[in-house]
Amino acid sequence: MSKHTVTIEINGSSFTREVDSRLLLVHFIREDLQMTGTHIGCDTTHCGACTVLMDGRSIKSCTLFTIQANGKSLTTIEGLESGGKLHPLQEGFHEEHGLQCGFCTPGMIMRAVELLGKNPNPTEDEIRTGISGNLCRCTGYVNIVKSVQYAAEKMKAEVA
Amino acid sequence: MKELKTSAEVGGMGHSVKRKEDARFIRGKGNYTDDVVLPGMLHMDIVRSPYAYAKIKSINTDKAMAIPGVHAVITGEVLKGYNLHWMPTLMSDTQMVLPTDTVMYQAQEVAAVIADDRYIAADGVEAVEVEYEPMKAVVDPFKAMEKDAPILRTDKEGKTDNHIWHWETGDAEKTEQVFKNADVVVEEKVYLPRIHVCSIETCGCVASFDPAEGKLTVWMTTQAPHAIRTVFALVAGHVGLSEEKIRIISPDIGGGFGGKVPVYPGYVIAVAASVVIGKPVKWVEDRSENLQADSFARDYHMTVEMAASNEGKMEALRIKTIADHGYTDGAANPSKFPAGMFSICTGSYDIKTAFTEMDAYYTNKPPGGVAYRCSFRVTEAVHAIERIVDVLAKKLDRDPAELRLQNFIQPDEFPYKSALGWEYDSGDYPRALKLAMDKIGYEDLRKEQLIKRSKGELMGIGICSFTEIVGAGPSKDFDILGIKMFDSCEVRIHPTGKAIARFGTKSQGQGHETTYAQILAEELGIPFTDIQIEEGDTDTAPYGLGTYASRSTPTAGAAAAKAAHKIREKSKKIAAHLLEVSEEDLEWEVGKFSVKGSPEQSKTIQEIAFAAYTNHPQGLEAGLEATHYYDPPNLTFPFGSYICVVDIDPKTYAIKIRRFIAIDDCGNIINPMIVEGQIHGGLTQGLAPALFEELIYDEDGNILNGSLMDYLVPTAVETPNWETDQTVTPSPHHPLGAKGVAESPTVGAPPAIANAVIDALSHLGVESMGIPITPFKVWQVLKDKGLAA
Amino acid sequence: MIPPPFEYLSPNQLSEAISLLQKHGEDAKILAGGHSLIPAMKLRFALPEYLIDIGGIEGMDYLREEGGQLRIGAMTRESSLEDSELISKKYPLLLDTVKMIADPQVRNLATVGGNLAHGDPANDHPATMIALRASVIAEGPNGSREIGIDDFFPDFFTTALETNEILTEIRISSPPPKSGGAYLKIERKVGDYAAAAVACQLNLNTAGSIEQIGIGLTNVGPTPIRATSAENLLRGKSPSDDLIKEAGLLAAGDSDPSDDLRGSAEYKKDLLCELTQRAIRISIERSERSG
Repeated sequence: MSKHTVTIEINGSSFTREVDSRLLLVHFIREDLQMTGTHIGCDTTHCGACTVLMDGRSIKSCTLFTIQANGKSLTTIEGLESGGKLHPLQEGFHEEHGLQCGFCTPGMIMRAVELLGKNPNPTEDEIRTGISGNLCRCTGYVNIVKSVQYAAEKMKAEVA
Repeated sequence: MKELKTSAEVGGMGHSVKRKEDARFIRGKGNYTDDVVLPGMLHMDIVRSPYAYAKIKSINTDKAMAIPGVHAVITGEVLKGYNLHWMPTLMSDTQMVLPTDTVMYQAQEVAAVIADDRYIAADGVEAVEVEYEPMKAVVDPFKAMEKDAPILRTDKEGKTDNHIWHWETGDAEKTEQVFKNADVVVEEKVYLPRIHVCSIETCGCVASFDPAEGKLTVWMTTQAPHAIRTVFALVAGHVGLSEEKIRIISPDIGGGFGGKVPVYPGYVIAVAASVVIGKPVKWVEDRSENLQADSFARDYHMTVEMAASNEGKMEALRIKTIADHGYTDGAANPSKFPAGMFSICTGSYDIKTAFTEMDAYYTNKPPGGVAYRCSFRVTEAVHAIERIVDVLAKKLDRDPAELRLQNFIQPDEFPYKSALGWEYDSGDYPRALKLAMDKIGYEDLRKEQLIKRSKGELMGIGICSFTEIVGAGPSKDFDILGIKMFDSCEVRIHPTGKAIARFGTKSQGQGHETTYAQILAEELGIPFTDIQIEEGDTDTAPYGLGTYASRSTPTAGAAAAKAAHKIREKSKKIAAHLLEVSEEDLEWEVGKFSVKGSPEQSKTIQEIAFAAYTNHPQGLEAGLEATHYYDPPNLTFPFGSYICVVDIDPKTYAIKIRRFIAIDDCGNIINPMIVEGQIHGGLTQGLAPALFEELIYDEDGNILNGSLMDYLVPTAVETPNWETDQTVTPSPHHPLGAKGVAESPTVGAPPAIANAVIDALSHLGVESMGIPITPFKVWQVLKDKGLAA
Repeated sequence: MIPPPFEYLSPNQLSEAISLLQKHGEDAKILAGGHSLIPAMKLRFALPEYLIDIGGIEGMDYLREEGGQLRIGAMTRESSLEDSELISKKYPLLLDTVKMIADPQVRNLATVGGNLAHGDPANDHPATMIALRASVIAEGPNGSREIGIDDFFPDFFTTALETNEILTEIRISSPPPKSGGAYLKIERKVGDYAAAAVACQLNLNTAGSIEQIGIGLTNVGPTPIRATSAENLLRGKSPSDDLIKEAGLLAAGDSDPSDDLRGSAEYKKDLLCELTQRAIRISIERSERSG
């Protein structure tokens, strides 16, 4: 097994650590850095609870070795709130009751950040397809769609 | 809609206030079991059997122990030394914690590795060498019944078969008579295969034994922390664990749905490991382990018969069931109800005569089953009755909606005593179904269907009019391992008029931090934002039986109301003292007592609270708090009518739900937004087994789809845009008139969807299809009829 | 869930990657997008001693038209195809295919090259590359060579790549005018592998007859399959309803599916028959609309 020194930027802060080659990124985030907002819900890359942004793209952090993220910039759920102000998606999920147990929520929100970044005006179908890599058991998805629509409206208004 | 008694600021019953618990979840600051980190904590991983039925010839732990960072390997022999290798199940059967000689299902726990971190623990698991002698597994309960079937429970002295129990209720003779004389008799075989709750958070715990204090603290994904504490004290009392020195903490839980009620071996092994090693031990299972080893739901083989008159009057119901429990009865039912509330199977209909019997069998499959987002065994009961009603409708060439309306228990017949002994509290079934029919445009849909059929297009409409039975339960009938199924609320008002309330239940997403605050806000007039709600820590919360089977609002919600009434009683005394009047002169209006006829002479609950600590009357204790343990006088009976419209592609057999209307009645509603959200979720977990999910075993007991690769959990793409509405028929016996919800849709959706798909094909001669109904199954039935491409 | 230990190597140059492959042989695996390999390692089905990460090698991620061809760098992420206007306008078959691969997050990392090099007949790109009559470039210690797609999948989970070769580029001839294609996939739920899927690419001549046609089939045999008899039937002909129907039957006949959790072999053949017809029709429609 090889060990490697990695430097990864997460939510604007830089972290340099020595890690085993096989350390999965999600474990690095949750255990080495104690940022437990990113969750683990499966072992076959299906559930999406581990979704974070890497250089702006939503990825499943359970299917990447930490070493592969060396030199990259990550954003996790903890990094969304800025200066005490919630991200429109966080606000949307609260206003539209898009969460119940909250376990899938960070992954859902991080996926939606990229979704809206690439498509600021998504249709309902585009939202549903856009979150097809994220599973939820509690909500039945209806209010998650509404939460993303809320955020889309808010973000358009903010730009305007 | 019921009139709102409180202002939006107070946020009592009926207000769709936003949830208080959201604040931490949207920021990723939830505290789930795997987030718990303690100094010196070790990690546990489990060696599991690849065989469904095998003798263990040897376990060699040398290689595992040689890995740097591995502290211990625990086997059945180790636990046997503490007499902890077997434990009781919630149904008073017995279950292995770790085996000493035989494994009984694939993925069963065989040994546990304790190591510095989860990576080393996983390597340790690979290094444990187990020699097995596989035996021919018994996977089919019908094979388990056969005379020459191998006896699986050789640990039970004198056991000569695989039969677990027989249960029956109703009048067998009278039912037989009615069937004999009936104009029409229909029969349907209904099999509900095994499915899994698959909450996004799997199960796990952090067990931390403090040798200096002799105290065990366990953070655990459990829906019933107090019951767990008592069970641990009873089971492990002989190794020194004593109930006052056991603390179970249910932190935030990522979905329970019944799957986090049983005591899984992993928890017990982690506790044992922590006690022996004297350090905290964390165990969190992988998804594959969760699907393959933890408790399943359903697995009932039902033969359903109905007798009726030519005019469509339902006269008798008879259901015979074979229940497959896996290798031990690990069901999470109240103890007198091995078949749960299956006898609700006469459903929403006035059926005067009924009989149902059930026999449960052991097989080489994981033990269970749990009440997956439903009341105990009600999903099975409702599927049976709602299918047979459609079968009867087809036989009599009657519209299935009309046939239901003809046979419903009428609103003026409540409280209604069913033929199988339940007293339904309240209901208005015709109203719910008519509302559903109206909203979906039922008449037009039937017309459209005729036209489509003439063109070779496939379109179906399915109805389900269910009655649920929740809120277990009254102490005269209900207990789990002897513990009665009351629930509790303890509320304390602070001098500044804010409050804290603790409960014996445990939310896993149901929103109790908000809804319980709303109940107390309703009853006390204190704004819900001023009321702190806590659950899940057995050191502080009053005793309760936890949250599952939709019981929280019916029991703990009622306890909250009752505790609030006790507080009002004491408040009245304090108010009388402050206003210098007698108690009889006072009247209560939300949030204050005022003098009758002189409303300007009043004291708010906040003023009263302050006085409770600064100016309480002589002879009265200081403080303002109350506890109530609520023993429900009856269960509550939420109900609803669902209508589903499907279109099937005749060439690819793809099934598309065009529309789904759910009309639910859960009595008085605490928070309409939360209720609606739970209905969406329940409908989706009903859609799942209807079209996608089942746990599949081959004849050797190998699971064929033990991961999310092939256990098909619906995404937002498969899930339709659910349309919901409600009727409100309060429960006459519940202090708030509320009934409990959140699980009704899991019960009502599968039959509605199944009935719709079968309806789409019925004109081609298709009479029956078992769930999950897949495009492949549609192809198969069409092929049988010579109609596939 | 936890992968086995391995030695991680991250060469900066392709030549270095090839030397490492040469050195470690069967003990090494290439790490590209990692979304076939890492899941296999987490389940401990794949146990490579060395992982050679080619993600750090410059110049392997590109999408460009050159010399009458579309050239796709092997490390091109699926999401790049999805976002590309060029692909959307000129290669609708590719866009259809990409949209059917897994889910959005996976597509951000999974690579086109990896989807082919894995050799899995259940992957979606192989059938599409068959329909497009693509070729791949393999680079090894002896230089580079071009391998036609029909030679690329000789056996179950086997590609024509030598142990010491890396797939670096995919080449697709730029479509002539009046070209169109489509990918239709039946899956149990979104992101699943195909129960059956059909890729079709064709172009029409001025008379409206099919000049050239390629039909590839996904997950209905031990390798990805070219529906040769269906192609031969339609090539040079005017596509009547009857002919298209017959092509569907022939495509089903060219397949060799197995019974599995997705359904029986016969069911899959029935699906293929229908999907082939629909794919051909859509391809014709798109051809007629294109320049």
